[in-house]
Amino acid sequence: MIVAERKPLEQISSMIESNNKILIVGCGECVTVCSAGRKKEVEILASALNMVRSKEGKPVEIRQETLERQCDGEYLEQLRGFIGEYEVVISMACGAGVQFMAEKYKNSLVLPALNTKFIGVTEEQGVWSERCHACGDCKLHLTGGVCPIARCSKSLLNGPCGGSANGKCEISPDLVCGWQLIIERLSDLGQLEKYEEIIPINNWSTNRDGGPRKVVREDLRL
Amino acid sequence: MKSESKLEQILTKGEFAVTSECGPPRGADAEVIRKKGELLKGFVDGVNVTDNQTSVVRMSSISSCVILKGLGLNPIMQMVTRDRNRIAIQSDILGAAALGINNILCLTGDHQKFGDHASAKNVFDMDSIQLVQTVKLMRDEGKFLGGEELKGSPKMFIGAAENPFADPFEIRVPRLAKKVAAGVDFIQTQCIYNLPKFEKWMKLVRDRGLHERVHILGGVTPFKSVGMANYMKKSVPGMDVPDELIERMKAAPKEKKAEEGINICIETIQRLREIEGIHGVHVMAIEWEEMVSEIVKRAGLFPRPHIEG
Amino acid sequence: MRLNYPSNVKIIKVPCTGKVDVIHLLQAFERGADGVYIAGCLEGDCHFLRGNLRARKRVEYTKRLLDEIGIGGERLQMYNMSAAQGPRFAEVAREMTERIMTLGPNPIRAKKGEAEMETG
Ligand code: SF4
Ligand code: SF4
Repeated sequence: MIVAERKPLEQISSMIESNNKILIVGCGECVTVCSAGRKKEVEILASALNMVRSKEGKPVEIRQETLERQCDGEYLEQLRGFIGEYEVVISMACGAGVQFMAEKYKNSLVLPALNTKFIGVTEEQGVWSERCHACGDCKLHLTGGVCPIARCSKSLLNGPCGGSANGKCEISPDLVCGWQLIIERLSDLGQLEKYEEIIPINNWSTNRDGGPRKVVREDLRL
Repeated sequence: MKSESKLEQILTKGEFAVTSECGPPRGADAEVIRKKGELLKGFVDGVNVTDNQTSVVRMSSISSCVILKGLGLNPIMQMVTRDRNRIAIQSDILGAAALGINNILCLTGDHQKFGDHASAKNVFDMDSIQLVQTVKLMRDEGKFLGGEELKGSPKMFIGAAENPFADPFEIRVPRLAKKVAAGVDFIQTQCIYNLPKFEKWMKLVRDRGLHERVHILGGVTPFKSVGMANYMKKSVPGMDVPDELIERMKAAPKEKKAEEGINICIETIQRLREIEGIHGVHVMAIEWEEMVSEIVKRAGLFPRPHIEG
Repeated sequence: MRLNYPSNVKIIKVPCTGKVDVIHLLQAFERGADGVYIAGCLEGDCHFLRGNLRARKRVEYTKRLLDEIGIGGERLQMYNMSAAQGPRFAEVAREMTERIMTLGPNPIRAKKGEAEMETG
């Protein structure tokens, strides 16, 4: 899923300083799973903004909505009837959702309430961590199923670097070294000899380096 | 010869090589580099010039190398993959070769988190092994990574670093094998303090015959003080400092701490010379360059062999 | 046993403090409460095992949020006590009341009051 985290309240409230009618929209997909933009979070943000503004003596009117998801036009349509009544929309979706809403509603000012962090997993309740950088050319079959790009701080394809110590990455004692994980997995799978194959210099053109990406499935198009 | 490097000639002749290191200044003053260079001149066969080491911005490695070359030293240009993509890397290799630099040490580089610009974007278009491949491709096949031919190959002697003490230990020799397969000519190791562990690693290296395919230079760094020894042990990732060395430093009388550090360093060099497959030492006396000449002399490695050119 | 505790304390009963969510706490302040405290069972004594521990974490989170809002996290507090500790209950009530007295009224209510006076 895409993992996100709410922006500091101060940043959000300064974005809407001069507005009095606000629509806050949550999203029921990834950001619900990582508890950043679910219905509950919409309620909390609304309540918090209400208080910030009442405290300043400038009360606001806030409407709360939570859509199934914001990265699909079909669901965004559900806002059509009333979105125009609000001066600003605060989207609690990932960056994709925020942008898509803005694309669909050209006359609305759509603002982000979240910082979109990464593609990751729920490690344990309340803990999420990164797994994939969406490089566009998956290499997991070469590295025992552990991603060298997302899980090594330097995205080394022939790691580990000289800074790996006690299974931890050189940049932080709280971070497992991705290459330690790769080596462990390869040896568990009895494939340690795979490590000796040099992975050649990468083609990053499938990554963001190749410009904004798009997937088209002709067979599915209408 | 693959390159025009003096270091290559010395190693090929079977001489025990000595290299050292020089950190460029945090400013545009060439005098700083010249002073360090003068301290090393005549005592070493090559001088590594660091490339924004620990991600702290300094004068570029290339220009510092040129300054040292002007003094008659043989610079080894360090290059990290952290800050440049393949376009800049290949361009700098050509430029460096054109300026008469004929050694390169291929490194990944410390993460920028350690430095003075932690909010920088890093590059890591390639890793150190792929950098070795890149230089070799340019030198031996006269080609760019993109496949095009280049005119005037960079005749560089290709080095890389290896840390026998980093984890996971089981792949530390396979990792060297990868570098050898990529085409590395010489290896400088991380500072060696734990000799038994290093000997164990070297045995594994010899078991695979790697010592015959690459020149390995053992890295040494003298302790200046107990504080430094402790710092190396606790705060430098991938550094293995046995307690007995710290005890030795502690036991030395106050005014003799530095001397004890030098003694340990010289003993280490002596033991390294005994190890089959070790073809030289790399003396890293960071901000203590004036000690290198003494270490080289006392280790019986002076004078250095004279190489024409 | 009859206990004396400040009459300004309004009690809301919940089956378990684990039921208390961040939004409930916020809404209490939004509606003008000057302070809120949660009296949970003693740690380790939760009927639902971890309800009171959860509540504590939520309280911590809400305190930070109240700081961000500018109301002040110190207006919210978690206490643990057993049902048999009547005097402790009264003591906590007094403690919280005193704390709120020093902090003064909820700034939101103060503002609202002003606004009403202006229009009225
Ligand atoms: S290799 Fe690429 S696609 Fe596969 S997990 Fe890593 S970043 Fe994602
Ligand atoms: S320590 Fe491990 S994860 Fe960290 S940069 Fe080095 S190889 Fe990558």
